Amino acid sequence: MHKQTDFQSRDEVLAQTLMERVNRLGRRLAEEKGRKLKIMEVCGTHTVAYARSGITDLVSGYLDLRSGPGCPICVTHQQDLDRVFSLAGLEDTLIVTFGDLLRVPGSFTTLEKEKAGGGRVQICYSPLEAVETAARNPLAKVIFIAIGFETTAPAAAATILQAEARQLTNFWAYPVIKLVPPAISALLQKGNPTGLDGFLLPGHVSTVLGSNAFSFISKSGIPAVVAGFESLDLLMGLYTLLKFIAEKKAAVGNAYTHVVREEGNETARKLIGRCFEVEAETLWRGLGVIPESGYTLKPRYAEYNARQQFITDVAAAETDPLCICGEVITGRATPHECPLFSRRCTPSSPVGPCMVSPEGACGAYYHYM
Amino acid sequence: MKIEKSTQEIIISSHGDGGLLTHQLLQEIFFPAFRNEWLEQAGDAAILELNDLRLAMTTDSFVVSPLFFKGGDIGKLAVCGTVNDLVVSGARPLWLSAAFILPEGMEQAELKKVVLSMEETARSLELPIVTGDTKVVDSGNRENLFINTTGIGLVYPEAQFHPRNIQPSDVVIASGSIGDHGAAILAERLGFTSENSPVSDCAPLAALAEKLKPYFNEIKVMRDPTRGGLATTLIELAAAGGVDLLLEEKMICVKPEVSAIAGILGVDPYFLASEGRAVLIARAAACSDILKTLKTVPGAEASSIIGVAWQGTGNAYLRTRLGGTRRLKMLSGTPLPRIC
Repeated sequence: MHKQTDFQSRDEVLAQTLMERVNRLGRRLAEEKGRKLKIMEVCGTHTVAYARSGITDLVSGYLDLRSGPGCPICVTHQQDLDRVFSLAGLEDTLIVTFGDLLRVPGSFTTLEKEKAGGGRVQICYSPLEAVETAARNPLAKVIFIAIGFETTAPAAAATILQAEARQLTNFWAYPVIKLVPPAISALLQKGNPTGLDGFLLPGHVSTVLGSNAFSFISKSGIPAVVAGFESLDLLMGLYTLLKFIAEKKAAVGNAYTHVVREEGNETARKLIGRCFEVEAETLWRGLGVIPESGYTLKPRYAEYNARQQFITDVAAAETDPLCICGEVITGRATPHECPLFSRRCTPSSPVGPCMVSPEGACGAYYHYM
Repeated sequence: MKIEKSTQEIIISSHGDGGLLTHQLLQEIFFPAFRNEWLEQAGDAAILELNDLRLAMTTDSFVVSPLFFKGGDIGKLAVCGTVNDLVVSGARPLWLSAAFILPEGMEQAELKKVVLSMEETARSLELPIVTGDTKVVDSGNRENLFINTTGIGLVYPEAQFHPRNIQPSDVVIASGSIGDHGAAILAERLGFTSENSPVSDCAPLAALAEKLKPYFNEIKVMRDPTRGGLATTLIELAAAGGVDLLLEEKMICVKPEVSAIAGILGVDPYFLASEGRAVLIARAAACSDILKTLKTVPGAEASSIIGVAWQGTGNAYLRTRLGGTRRLKMLSGTPLPRIC
């Protein structure tokens, strides 16, 4: 067997201890309330991490973990997906995208199918690869699909600045970048209709925004805690949140202090500010139009904005009336409540985006539960 | 241009990942057309009986980008892949064929490097490459070298490997760390290579099988967890054997550099390919002897018992380090790097 370091085994003992504490406190709270506690993990990576580590299974007796609007693909409106995918069918375009997007179903096609049909689609890990691709392929119109949240925005901004510095005339970005705090605000607008007892806040987004950016949640009376993604971070986040719930403390805590600062990362935010501005309204799947909840490129960089420079004629979006992705990402339903889940909708033939994205709630439930 | 729904099904890259879509192609197109008793064995190699002899025959095509990676190259992979399919079927490899589809524009020096690597690997196994073929295509990409190898081997009489032999209480043994090859390729593709980045485990398993020969009648089935990784292999074995397989995460060796790259990309290391590992299911009473033997084989020092078979309905489960249980499901689509 692979030799374990002492550090790993110490971590494991610590994790076991924390797990026991989470169990004890969680069971007690559920008993007091006479029901399971309902906690929303806002971030899709959390949905996967809790399930993969086995925590979702271990706490299932007393915790109802609900996914939130924190998977970038799942919250993207069908209409936006259709427009993005149609770019692959234009002459001379070369689409550079994160891998997640490849198999996401639009109304009519997927990028994977466009690629198979002769469209040029390239997967990147770092957005800057898109700029390299543009430099290497001067005859192609390279379009980087800048999809994500505040986390990906700084890197997307960097691509624009680099394209400008290198005087590239064949590089564009298609911004589909959304902001997490306005989405949580929108969820809470009508009070707390889903009866949430607490929020686990996204660790990566918080590195950029800082935990303070979520302090508005306290007004709703619901405790919230920023959590990380390793087993210990996941448990520490959950334990801190349960303690807040027990103490009826409507505050925003940070259980990911080794990465997230209260004030966030100012350099990253400045980089965003150089290229992006908040648009008046943005259309979300499941949440509708939310004011000031998405980034678009500043007018100064309009020439790099693929959304303005490439207009395609796309038929009205078609969504399956039975698909409840919109309810799943707002915590109103779990994937198991969807009539299509694991029947007509599976990762190999997904009906909605929550099933295909590895960070999507339905995909996570399908693979891990 | 108006984008509208296409009704015509086309081949997409996920059809080649060994997961659900590959199975769909097999079930809907290949099996109905070619159906016969040998094909229906659906093992890593077909077992062909000729008078008193039992021969094993297997074929595999290799496409990998980049052609050269840490720990190997497409040539070594093309020999090991076919050799290992024979070996886990209980056969001693005897002959190999090699067919090349070369991309127009490829440098001859590069081809020579690949071929010499094949020669070196085959020579180390005393395995002659006895026939071959060459074609050139205009594929538009000078990296698009495809190699097909076919292998024929002689099955040891005592090897009667089949998933239907698996019984509850049998144990699952892995011959080392998991996902090294898949992680090494991902690291190469994403430009994450460094001194400490993952190294492919690409290696022939012939010596390992030779050492295990005395235990062949205790071994129920053997596989090499290549495409689709450990998880897919065990899901297939559980389904074919009609038993549940319960794996212990803490017993499965995943190297830190492999789990690091899997973590960064958000992929599950249990679904990443190994190209030099065997997974075997054996009678519990024999497992400590088998394990002791395995650990003496170079490259298999990290062998461990990773799970056990239960009475069940053909599913594979993983008990995590924290003690939670999750079901392992067949991968649909190659693991994709995530957004954030």
